[in-house]
Amino acid sequence: MAGRSIRTERPWSLRAFFLQWEWLLALIFVAINVVNSTLSPYYFSVDTFLQTPKNFLDIAFLVLPMTLVIIMGNIDISVGSTVALSAVVMAVSFSAGLPMPLAMALCLLVSTGCGFVNGILMTKFKELSSVIITLATMIIYRGIAYVILEDQASGDFPKWFSAFGWGSIGQVPLILIVFALCAILFGLLLHGTSFGRQVYGIGSNPVASRYSGIKIDSVVMIVEMLTGLMAGFTAIFLTSRMDSTRPNVAQGYELEAIAMVVLGGVSTSGGKGRMAGPLLAVFIIGFLNYGLGLVNIPSQVLLIIIGLLLILSVLVMNVRFQSRHQRSALSPSRSVSGGDRPIEKKGTRRR
Amino acid sequence: MTDELRASFRTGRRPVRFGESFRELGLLVFIVVVCGVVQLRNPNFLTLSNLRDLFANTAILSILAVGMMMVLLTRGIDLSIGATIALSGMVSALTVQAIPTIPPVVSVLEGMIVGLAVGAAIGMLVAKFDVLPIIATLGFMNVIRGLTYLISNGAWVSSYQMSAGFQRIASGSLFGVSNLIVIAVVIYIVFGYFINHTRTGRQIYAVGSNPEAADIAGLSRRRVVWLVYAAMGTLAGLAGVLWVSKFASAQGDTAVGYELDVIAATVLGGVSISGGSGRVSGLILGSVLFGVLDNALPLVNVSPFWQEAIQGTVILAAVVINVLVKRNGQRYALRKRVI
Amino acid sequence: MSEFILELNHVTITFPGVRALDDVHFDLRPGEIHALMGENGAGKSTLIKVITGVYQPDSGEILFNGAPVDIRSPLDSQRIGIAAIYQHVSCYRDLSVTENIFIGHEKIGALTRRIDWKELHRRAEELLARLDADFDPRAPMGDLSVAQQQIVEIAKALSTNARILIMDEPTAPLTSRESEDLYRITEGLRDRGVSVIFISHRLEDMYRLASRLTIFRDARNVGSWKLSDISREDIITAMVGREITQLFPKRRLAIGGEILRVQGLSRRGYFKDVTFSVRKGEILAITGLVGAGRTEVCEAIYGITRAESGRIILDGEELHVANPSQAIRKGIGYLPEDRLRQGLVLDWELSKNVTYPALKKFSTAGWIRTKKENEVTRDRAERLEVKAGSVFDKASTLSGGNQQKIIVAKLLTAGMKVFILDEPTKGVDVGAKTAIFEIMSDLAERGYGIIMVSSEMPEVLGMSDRIVVMKEGRVAGILETSATTQEQILQAALSGPAAS
Repeated sequence: MAGRSIRTERPWSLRAFFLQWEWLLALIFVAINVVNSTLSPYYFSVDTFLQTPKNFLDIAFLVLPMTLVIIMGNIDISVGSTVALSAVVMAVSFSAGLPMPLAMALCLLVSTGCGFVNGILMTKFKELSSVIITLATMIIYRGIAYVILEDQASGDFPKWFSAFGWGSIGQVPLILIVFALCAILFGLLLHGTSFGRQVYGIGSNPVASRYSGIKIDSVVMIVEMLTGLMAGFTAIFLTSRMDSTRPNVAQGYELEAIAMVVLGGVSTSGGKGRMAGPLLAVFIIGFLNYGLGLVNIPSQVLLIIIGLLLILSVLVMNVRFQSRHQRSALSPSRSVSGGDRPIEKKGTRRR
Repeated sequence: MTDELRASFRTGRRPVRFGESFRELGLLVFIVVVCGVVQLRNPNFLTLSNLRDLFANTAILSILAVGMMMVLLTRGIDLSIGATIALSGMVSALTVQAIPTIPPVVSVLEGMIVGLAVGAAIGMLVAKFDVLPIIATLGFMNVIRGLTYLISNGAWVSSYQMSAGFQRIASGSLFGVSNLIVIAVVIYIVFGYFINHTRTGRQIYAVGSNPEAADIAGLSRRRVVWLVYAAMGTLAGLAGVLWVSKFASAQGDTAVGYELDVIAATVLGGVSISGGSGRVSGLILGSVLFGVLDNALPLVNVSPFWQEAIQGTVILAAVVINVLVKRNGQRYALRKRVI
Repeated sequence: MSEFILELNHVTITFPGVRALDDVHFDLRPGEIHALMGENGAGKSTLIKVITGVYQPDSGEILFNGAPVDIRSPLDSQRIGIAAIYQHVSCYRDLSVTENIFIGHEKIGALTRRIDWKELHRRAEELLARLDADFDPRAPMGDLSVAQQQIVEIAKALSTNARILIMDEPTAPLTSRESEDLYRITEGLRDRGVSVIFISHRLEDMYRLASRLTIFRDARNVGSWKLSDISREDIITAMVGREITQLFPKRRLAIGGEILRVQGLSRRGYFKDVTFSVRKGEILAITGLVGAGRTEVCEAIYGITRAESGRIILDGEELHVANPSQAIRKGIGYLPEDRLRQGLVLDWELSKNVTYPALKKFSTAGWIRTKKENEVTRDRAERLEVKAGSVFDKASTLSGGNQQKIIVAKLLTAGMKVFILDEPTKGVDVGAKTAIFEIMSDLAERGYGIIMVSSEMPEVLGMSDRIVVMKEGRVAGILETSATTQEQILQAALSGPAAS
């Protein structure tokens, strides 16, 4: 064999590098901060960037595993209820005399358990879509939270517990440190490990993954349990910040988390997207909200902006996709009889 | 032609829609059992006035379920309806507040038009621009909820600001039957007819059952898909007016999360989220079961806080049992094969 | 009245990067059964889609009864009187038989717009009776057998009074007796003056049924013949474009001891009492009609499904494989039949695809070592002579043959003992076929046991050492290739075990 015929260096082009979705998000993030600083002379400071995230990071813990779930082609709408149930269990067990650290451990155990149940149902009943399963468990988990606490609030946590929501190590809020740590771990897990590779593979083509010997069930189980675990984190931070909890906390968190993940460029049809996108989306929305507060625009406007961003981003992604595949309506790659699929390129076909 | 030929195409049995009827029968039996148990423990359950309450309280849910069924039939989903209810309710309430003399019929139409506008826009995104339904409706959910807060400035419209005529839309009755029930029955008749007896109605099934084939057969898939979202929006708009009239209060957070209740009732009624299958008859049973659980549990001193957990468990049990029955059916079919 | 009911002249259609039809002529006489043959990707299906209005040609004309027509949508073609029966796609499993027949053109009341179900069911029953089928038109389509579904499709064509009926591989999923029934129905249609375009890969279909034959190759019409004027050999030559015998680089090798043994394997509804064995360095072909249970047996060995009884013995050790992951660990590699769906993650780079079944071997403590991954991919791809620029090429950009080689590269992890190749040359062009056979011979030479599932008689005879013929889920015979003719295989595949 004369020399190497197949390259192993990653092809790199400036254009492709800058055409990534994350750049657009980064641009939006910068734009928001520029606008914010013109609105308030005190805005642009290290303190702002360190303290603002306290307000929105508790839900961001859900975004991390939700990214994995959606890349895998599933959806989990039970996370908000999982937060509520585990928070309620933590509060009630503390009121019943359990030491707070143990109550927190119990909280994480319960939330992971919720994920475990979701995972079992998904793997045992593959005919059912994950939407239906988690819709049912969403109602059940919140229902159990109501059964436990009825419409009471529970609180009176020890002083030190409020540190989770409000405390800082030096200048940096504790929640930011914990979140950064989790985000890095999830990023590494998704992009560096064979587990992450399998998550992508299952989302892109579950059938081929199965034929390639991937244990889809265990991957689904692990991702669901991670989702539960992170919901437990949200429960702890949220409860600490509010200093009490009720069965109706975190209502609608599931859809917010999904919206951020999609805004981050992760496709709900699975297999596509990166961790960086949803993370940027979290900060975009958080800082946008902060900026709206600066000029006294009601925070509900934020809803409209999130919605429009969501629709626009998906439209842009669709257009980008379609320009590369004309004749999309009845495109040959979705060929009807499945027989001839002229997706092979002529150029590579001939010798 | 020969006997041999007969052998392979003559089946000897006339297959019936075993699966669906069986499932609906199961639901019906379950409803009857629940009703029976509740009646034994509390004789106030099967009284005319309580049943009237039960059905009136189920009416809005069941109206929305019809729309959701059509959306699910096309393999779609609509998460925006809770927000649409709030918007249309708020718009009609604000109008009534400003012009108290406005006839109730106009209020209803107003709400429906608001809903239609929302539904048509969502339908455009899904049918024309191929945006995934879950994303399109999630986006619209946020936009519409935000709009609702904006037009009301975050304030409520309360009962004293609504005309009596407006409140009678829901609380009034026709020949002794609550208006809500009358409206729901009319909706079911109209849409039952549309879904089962018109070409377009049947094409909803075709599109969800096999989109590629629908394209090849020249059915206008995009028109059908647009139509179901427009219809869903219109029904949500109607439901919004009914909701506000019934509870005599329009708020920014009216019906938050209600979309998931509706989807749950629809799925309970046997509509498959993967498209193509589900019947109006099942839908009615699903909604009624939902209503019965709501109404009956307090009557037998089950704490209201148990309700959600029980509802969720029933839904989960229903879908899981459905899967098990289907699996069993497949095993049965295999046994009949020669090999 | 023109000589042809349908005539296409100079039709060309191009998809991004591919010319799917190249200056194609095609004609169809009234009341004839016209067969269409060609390898996958030769252009048959595209032609059908042009005729039915799914695709619009870039240039060229279509004449119907001598007059030019403009077919812009499937509805247009239905209106002219063209009906098509696709293999699976066009049925709505959730709808009733009646609705499947009449969808889109149901009879409705003028005022009420109400569908007249009673009338429709009656007409459906009538149509089915004409085809001598008696199942209930109210039954959901999903409850019917494949053969029954095809009858419904034909009834659908009849209901529109179609003058041209296109059948795309209708016999592929049918048993031989069901096929024979279908032939008779088709002949009945012809006798009523319907022109039929019949696409099939089975030569038997052609000779049994068609009067004329048109062959496609590489997006062109190679020619049309009367069936009485052309021999089987000529048909194959015309399809592949060269003499078939040069294709098989079969090497005679010393065959070693038994490596895999399957004993009495059964799975209810799929296969029963299947017994065979493979030796080191041997290529064992499994053949039979589509639906005979070949793939199902292989999938049971690989752990995709589980056999209910029977034993699988690999290298003297009994296997209890619950999933493909275990099968791979034990040394069984499987190249699945549907390479686009089962074989590859098309969005992925070659390197990710190649390492997918053995991620553990390419990672340290869960961490993927991309450098090793890329280098191993390059080495394997070069050894298999994959035509690709970089290991970062997306799998979807490769040709069918090169995709197949990438799947083979996936299997080449250390520790493998047996390879199961399910239709390895399906949808692959002729040059690449030879290359794949070359690879198979190499693997055999290196001492692997190879099971090749194939429907193509020439490659079964050309490449294998022994042949397992399956029929309706059972082994109908095991033949020594050197002493076997095509006729003997067909005999076994059609009529089953001579002894029992």
